[in-house]
Amino acid sequence: MSVPKRIYMDNHATTPMDPRVLEAMLPYFREHFGNAASRNHAFGWEAETAVDQAREQIAEVIGGKAKEIIFLSGATESDNLAIKGVVEFYKDKGNHVITAATEHKAVLDTCKALERKKLATVTYLPVDQQGRVSADQVREAITDKTILISIMVANNEIGTIQPIAEIGKLAKEKGILFHTDATQGFGKLPLDVNELGVDLVSGTGHKIYGPKGCGFLWVRSKGPRVRLTAQMDGGGHERGMRSGTLNVPGIVGLGAAAQIAKAEMATESARVIALRDRLHRLITDELDEVYLNGHPTERLPGNLNLSFAYIEGESMLMGLNGSSHGDLPAIAVSSGSACTSATLEPSYVLKALGVGDELAHTSIRFGLGRFNTQEEVDYVAGRVVSEVKRLRELSPLYEMAKEGIDLKQYFAGVQH
Amino acid sequence: MAEYSPKVIDHYSNPRNVGSFGKDEDNVGTGIVGAPECGDVMKLQLKINDDGIVEDAKFKTFGCGSAIASSSYVTELVKGKSVAEVAQIKNSVIVEELSLPPVKIHCSVLAEDAIKAAVKDWQERHDAKTGAAAKPKDDTAAA
Repeated sequence: MSVPKRIYMDNHATTPMDPRVLEAMLPYFREHFGNAASRNHAFGWEAETAVDQAREQIAEVIGGKAKEIIFLSGATESDNLAIKGVVEFYKDKGNHVITAATEHKAVLDTCKALERKKLATVTYLPVDQQGRVSADQVREAITDKTILISIMVANNEIGTIQPIAEIGKLAKEKGILFHTDATQGFGKLPLDVNELGVDLVSGTGHKIYGPKGCGFLWVRSKGPRVRLTAQMDGGGHERGMRSGTLNVPGIVGLGAAAQIAKAEMATESARVIALRDRLHRLITDELDEVYLNGHPTERLPGNLNLSFAYIEGESMLMGLNGSSHGDLPAIAVSSGSACTSATLEPSYVLKALGVGDELAHTSIRFGLGRFNTQEEVDYVAGRVVSEVKRLRELSPLYEMAKEGIDLKQYFAGVQH
Repeated sequence: MAEYSPKVIDHYSNPRNVGSFGKDEDNVGTGIVGAPECGDVMKLQLKINDDGIVEDAKFKTFGCGSAIASSSYVTELVKGKSVAEVAQIKNSVIVEELSLPPVKIHCSVLAEDAIKAAVKDWQERHDAKTGAAAKPKDDTAAA
């Protein structure tokens, strides 16, 4: 077997579709194109049956009921609906929301929008060096105005898994609604809404080898029955919580992807963890001063986030992604470096962990997934090692550090 | 991350004049600019002969591809020029040569700063070596 022309190791950004998912979707573009809301003919019935089956498939992954699933466009919309919907509906009960500094922008910016409109006050909990919040921190932040806690299952950059069950227990005890953004964990980690004590769960299809543009919000219907103010007005689809004609092929794909993820979770996790650990070992066997960002064990199976001291992340990506060395396979990974972001600020997630800016600039996120092979891992490890060695030869910081110069002291007070 | 121009890719893939001069070479000016926290540090060294001509240049850069390319290009640009000419080099020359997009202009600014820092360092060493003799001459030139 030879190494493919392009290697995809950015599976936290999105995943390739599983061919089985595509197969399941195709009939719903062609012969079963009906509107699931059409009650008067077979075209509508077929579509509705398919959508209901997908509800079952998703509910089974998280231990909820099928009718508690609301379909929408993706995880961003799902986070928006959960947070804005709760804050608006329960405004007479309170207006305080608790979340964490390392949440996805879909949660953070939703909270900020609510603050701007003076609809909520929000506590952004700091995280520890591994990226975790604790139930005790949440407990201390609770006020008599707290109506919602929103903490993610697992982080998209560093893969750190949050202690959801402990926070859920606390939320139940205090009678506060608990939303979790499960975008990265759904279909990858065992999740049970009742064991976790969550009331709202957001997820999406394209992180689990399903289609883009289709996600869900699970809304607890009993114990307590969670109410939301709809953010989309229209025909009253999805029990009035999300109007708009359902994306039937997307929903079928999301359902199929969820079913496969559940059926293969145990074997796939073990395989992906082995690949991830192999990649980590092959790299650190050859290179010094490589630091793991995130939690050593409580992390997503496919996540490996490393800082390579003395080299800048974007220059590393350039050496890997096919921008240069055009004859070599292109490797897709991502970086927390400022240079890769529109704002020229390094990753806010790494900053929240207390990783210094100088190390945040040098971080690379490897996201392994279902379709990665050991051969790819071995190849990528080799390319990373040679690229890091090459760029360190180019790096004045590496040279200075090897000479025993204290870089922190040397650059202290430099304006930037 | 933006697409790179062919010249940036060329300098990144085959950087010119990478390295450092020996510490005991007294006709070398060294400029180290930027900071690790900002994601850019350039070290530029100019070897300047008795006639005030840049004979050789070396660099090392921590930074993105455009920062590496900017400093690599500068080492080519300065060779054979007089100290006075080198001190006049503007970042716009680098932007144009490498077709840097707006978000990467700071890389060229840093490269210009590195040249100025290296010249300043050489000037200080040179003045120290030649004693006060150089001073009046400079003052006259300035006046």
